Amino acid sequence: MANTTEAAATYAVGQHPDLAPPASTVGVVGWLRANLFSSWVNTLLTLASLWLLYIVIPPLLNWVIFDADWTGESREDCSRVGACWVFIKVWFKQLMYGRYPDQELWRINTAYALLAGAGVLLFIPKFRWKHWVGVFLLLVYPVIAFQLFVGGDITFSAVNLLLFGLIVAGGVIRFVPALQSKPWMGTFGKVYPLAVAVVLLWWLFGPSLAAFSIGSFEFIETPLWGGLFLTLVIAVVGIVASLPIGILLALGRRSEMPIIKAICIAFIELWRGVPLITVLFMASVMFPLFLPEGMNFDKLLRALIGVMLFSAAYMAEVVRGGLQAIPKGQYEAAEAIGLSYWKMMGLVVLPQALKLVIPGIVNTFIGLFKDTTLVLIIGLFDFLGMAQLAGTNPDWLGFAVEGYVFTALGFWVFCFGMSRYSQHLERKLHTGH
Amino acid sequence: MANEAVQTTPTQMSVGEEIMIQMNDVHKWYGQFHVLKNIQLTVHKGERIVICGPSGSGKSTLIRCINRLEEHQRGQIIVEGTELTGDLKHIEQVRREVGMVFQHFNLFPHLTVLDNLTLGPIWVRKMAKAEAEESAMKYLERVKIPEQAQKYPGQLSGGQQQRVAIARSLCMNPKIMLFDEPTSALDPEMIKEVLDVMIELAQSGITMICVTHEMGFAKTVANRVIFMDGGEIIEENEPEEFFNNPVNDRTKLFLSQILHH
Repeated sequence: MANTTEAAATYAVGQHPDLAPPASTVGVVGWLRANLFSSWVNTLLTLASLWLLYIVIPPLLNWVIFDADWTGESREDCSRVGACWVFIKVWFKQLMYGRYPDQELWRINTAYALLAGAGVLLFIPKFRWKHWVGVFLLLVYPVIAFQLFVGGDITFSAVNLLLFGLIVAGGVIRFVPALQSKPWMGTFGKVYPLAVAVVLLWWLFGPSLAAFSIGSFEFIETPLWGGLFLTLVIAVVGIVASLPIGILLALGRRSEMPIIKAICIAFIELWRGVPLITVLFMASVMFPLFLPEGMNFDKLLRALIGVMLFSAAYMAEVVRGGLQAIPKGQYEAAEAIGLSYWKMMGLVVLPQALKLVIPGIVNTFIGLFKDTTLVLIIGLFDFLGMAQLAGTNPDWLGFAVEGYVFTALGFWVFCFGMSRYSQHLERKLHTGH
Repeated sequence: MANEAVQTTPTQMSVGEEIMIQMNDVHKWYGQFHVLKNIQLTVHKGERIVICGPSGSGKSTLIRCINRLEEHQRGQIIVEGTELTGDLKHIEQVRREVGMVFQHFNLFPHLTVLDNLTLGPIWVRKMAKAEAEESAMKYLERVKIPEQAQKYPGQLSGGQQQRVAIARSLCMNPKIMLFDEPTSALDPEMIKEVLDVMIELAQSGITMICVTHEMGFAKTVANRVIFMDGGEIIEENEPEEFFNNPVNDRTKLFLSQILHH
């Protein structure tokens, strides 16, 4: 105390310089004091925690790393002291790709590489054509991936891809007035509906006309798909489709048109009110019974649609939460400058609402990603399903724990990645100041 | 009162013959509550009308009916020859010609100031982006904040935000401007900068209707002052007469309350 009075006396009024804070409140010492040893209770808790870490961490590390078996080809190479990662090594291909044929694995890897490449471009801050990467990922990539994964005639896919691209590009030019800078674009906009009609006709009758071919991929039926690959297919399709469907449902639920509102409420409450297992069972067992004789959808496709609609119902409620947080004034200002309903929603309301509910959206995505493991019950072997299958193989009985730990790590990496990306997005979109 | 804010010299502001807004026997209810009663109002081209009255008197509701942010249940509102009915085409047509400035600015917080201004011209007027930005900068200069174009609304002061909101409306090149208590949410020292912009706007000859308690503004630029109470137009007159010789007792009471506090 004497120190302070002395200091106060030393400087003239208005001339007091900035002094360094007391040593006990900053640096390592200050941090330790404030966070670990601020009172005797906290000191006790700190010591207890240290003891707990001491008895848990070393055995865990021994099991996972130091006592573990890393090399070998079969069960005989496992010492059983620590984890036997040979198990993962032997089953690695199945865990990653299921029973997809060896010589065709490059197709999956190519799709991964394309996705990774596009993802990297999106992360380069200075990259100027990001929106084209987005267009590629949302519109072109699914067609390429479908062709690669499923197989079939390349020519037909390529022509389809081209036409699809033209329709989308035309639609963008037609409906985004800011792009109609050149006169031909206006003319194009006028003939656009006709062009769409022609392409639709091609799609309806095209297959019979495709007499020529530049080659085709081997057709790989979906029961051969599996492992992490299958998990990613289901999760990505579910995630990408559930957001737009969820947005439409949320808008419908807040609509002033009674029939649309009723339909959306019924849809949301129905799908949200049943367990995902029920949905998958329905899709796999019940649905085919209602179809006419001889007509059959792929089981994976049915599961995909089920997962998609199920998560869309959840997404709708998350988005609705965001919509409710947008003040009435935003709607009024948008209306007052003459924006139509869809432009008001697309340009003013949704960008703000979706930004607000990024944590909720990502929460739903992560939940969906992990829920995909339930497809095991309809006989699809995803990442976890494959690990379980491997663990019940007679040659490898007793190694299920290694499989579970490995898949847990795999799931965690993806979920944590999504979480970090969402936080990055929140910071980037923050304009509140 | 920012009376000293409005010491500019009144210029010649002519009122045309052309009728911009015609309201006949307009009634509106919120549930059982009869909020607008028998509103008769004709606004000519170039008129500057100030509407005042106690809170809850229906003055905001009245101007919000003019661009159909509120729906009237009886009577007729014709804006620029277009009658406001349930027809969306009519509503959108009227909204293109009528600009509105709100008490709480209602700027779009996720867009920069420039994007706030160009949104309407690009998406409603179908203007090219470069052209829209050029015109937006012109209006930002008119409200004296061109240097803020790349900022977000959250980074601006209240007065600056309201000036951006005025510029946003002007970018649509409206024939009529509606102001709904534009200075009520502002700190006293920011009221002047907004009023200055509004005065300059009034002198440009645009038709405007302004709900405000800024009586200095009314005296300077209005050619008609309307007093509302209980959902009715109680009294309307030229500002001079209105302030010096109010006829109705309620008007006298209201004026005494807001002018001598």
